[in-house]
Amino acid sequence: MTLLEIDTVHAGYARSTVLHGVSLTVPRDGVAAVLGHNGAGKSTLLRAAAGLLIPSRGAVRLDGEDVTRLRPHQRVARGLAYVPQGQQCFPQLTAAENLRLVADGRPAGRAATDEALDLFPALRTLGHRPAGLLSGGQRQQLALARALVTRPRLLLLDEPTEGIQPSVVAEIEAAVLALTRRGGLSVLLVEQHVGFALRAAAHYHVLTAGRVTSSGTGGAGAEEVVRGVLRV
Amino acid sequence: MTVILGQTFTGISIGAVLLLIALGLSLTFGQMNVINMAHGEFIMAGAYTTYVLQQHLAGAGLSLLLALPVAFLVAGVLGVALEHLLIRRLYLRPLDTLLVTWGVSLMLQQLARDLFGAPNVQTRAPDWLTGHLTLPLGGAELSLPTSRLFILALALAAVGTLALVLRRTALGRRVRAVVQHRELAEVSGIPTGRVDRTTFFLGSGLAGIAGVALTLVGPIGPAMGTNVIIDAFLVIVAGGIGRLRGCVVAAFVLGVLQSVLEWSTTVSVAKVAVLVALVAFLQWRPQGLYTLRTRSLV
Repeated sequence: MTLLEIDTVHAGYARSTVLHGVSLTVPRDGVAAVLGHNGAGKSTLLRAAAGLLIPSRGAVRLDGEDVTRLRPHQRVARGLAYVPQGQQCFPQLTAAENLRLVADGRPAGRAATDEALDLFPALRTLGHRPAGLLSGGQRQQLALARALVTRPRLLLLDEPTEGIQPSVVAEIEAAVLALTRRGGLSVLLVEQHVGFALRAAAHYHVLTAGRVTSSGTGGAGAEEVVRGVLRV
Repeated sequence: MTVILGQTFTGISIGAVLLLIALGLSLTFGQMNVINMAHGEFIMAGAYTTYVLQQHLAGAGLSLLLALPVAFLVAGVLGVALEHLLIRRLYLRPLDTLLVTWGVSLMLQQLARDLFGAPNVQTRAPDWLTGHLTLPLGGAELSLPTSRLFILALALAAVGTLALVLRRTALGRRVRAVVQHRELAEVSGIPTGRVDRTTFFLGSGLAGIAGVALTLVGPIGPAMGTNVIIDAFLVIVAGGIGRLRGCVVAAFVLGVLQSVLEWSTTVSVAKVAVLVALVAFLQWRPQGLYTLRTRSLV
């Protein structure tokens, strides 16, 4: 059962094509990791899945529906949530407003916010602070919580531990692992840390220069294989 | 002494008019970074709305009060139409937006000439706005025109309402979120296009309200918008782009400065002095009075 299907997607920016026909799938309730070096096209792939980038060729399907031409907010309405790189937030809104903003107008908004805060209890005491004044780790927790307020079926995570002080990385990793083991949620995880990615994901895809060069299932031996592929 | 106080009050009321005009701009220019040259013509539309209502309604007081919501709607709808038909297609192309909206501004002025004639028209102020409020002050008396007090109250009410909407409502949160990080707002499920339209509706509607206020202190004419819009842009820049508080302070400071200088020199000298002072101020603080402090780069 496939929830997200990336079907031979070609995409890029004004002058350069970054993705040259990438295909991969994320199973329902499953976790897939995308690994690769800087500039391999990992973030571009997530941007195309989220709708910030329209592929020049290929298709993106969510639960069988072709969403290639849909705006990002329309994809969110269909159960997709995206946590971009770099602990992004609305800096001049308070932490609470960052969540409230997304909860507004959702019937289950309040309950979903409470659930998200249960996962990141530290945020409860920071609610009144402008999000721009939080530390990187706190902002990443806020970003994850904001994505969860929409009660997504599919979560796109772009390097959730990148640029965060080491003492907090373990906390974020634990939260991501908890999310991936929770039922009813599929995750497409982009990571540089092979070890963490393979602990979280059952399936992996290695992206090299805009192409999937290796795919497989996690577990014993996978890490060695992936490291081998990445070394080339 | 009373002269200076009187002059200061005139300055405050000029500031109030500036504030009303700048409030709308603070949404479309300050928040959305769209330089809308036709904003002044939305003010004109609000003023002519007052005029038309007065032609059809007997009481000057009733037509004025009715003009406030109607002008808000008329100017707001004009703004949404402009956003939807033109500006929306030109986001991230500021120079093109400038030229296109300038063209729209000229067309709207010509439309006003065709509909109402080239000469200025006047509205009658209602009786309760023609008098003066006299305050005893030492041995002398300070006389404040009620029409200007009304404008002051109107400006303060508009600022208060706008601040409340932006800070406390779901709509306000959405507007601020889209301004701060459009892409993140979109991927958080916020329909940014609709939020843009709403912001434009509010900003343009406020221009309509400013137009109603201007009918109390001057004539209504096709060029009235152009005359006031530059000062309003100055207020926004001096106050710090996108900052409501800066907008309020800058409007009153510029108004009082203008008025006091006008009294001690001449109108032109005052204008030059205010501009020089503003340029000097912006050399010192290019970002305006109020800026935002944040740790993140976006």
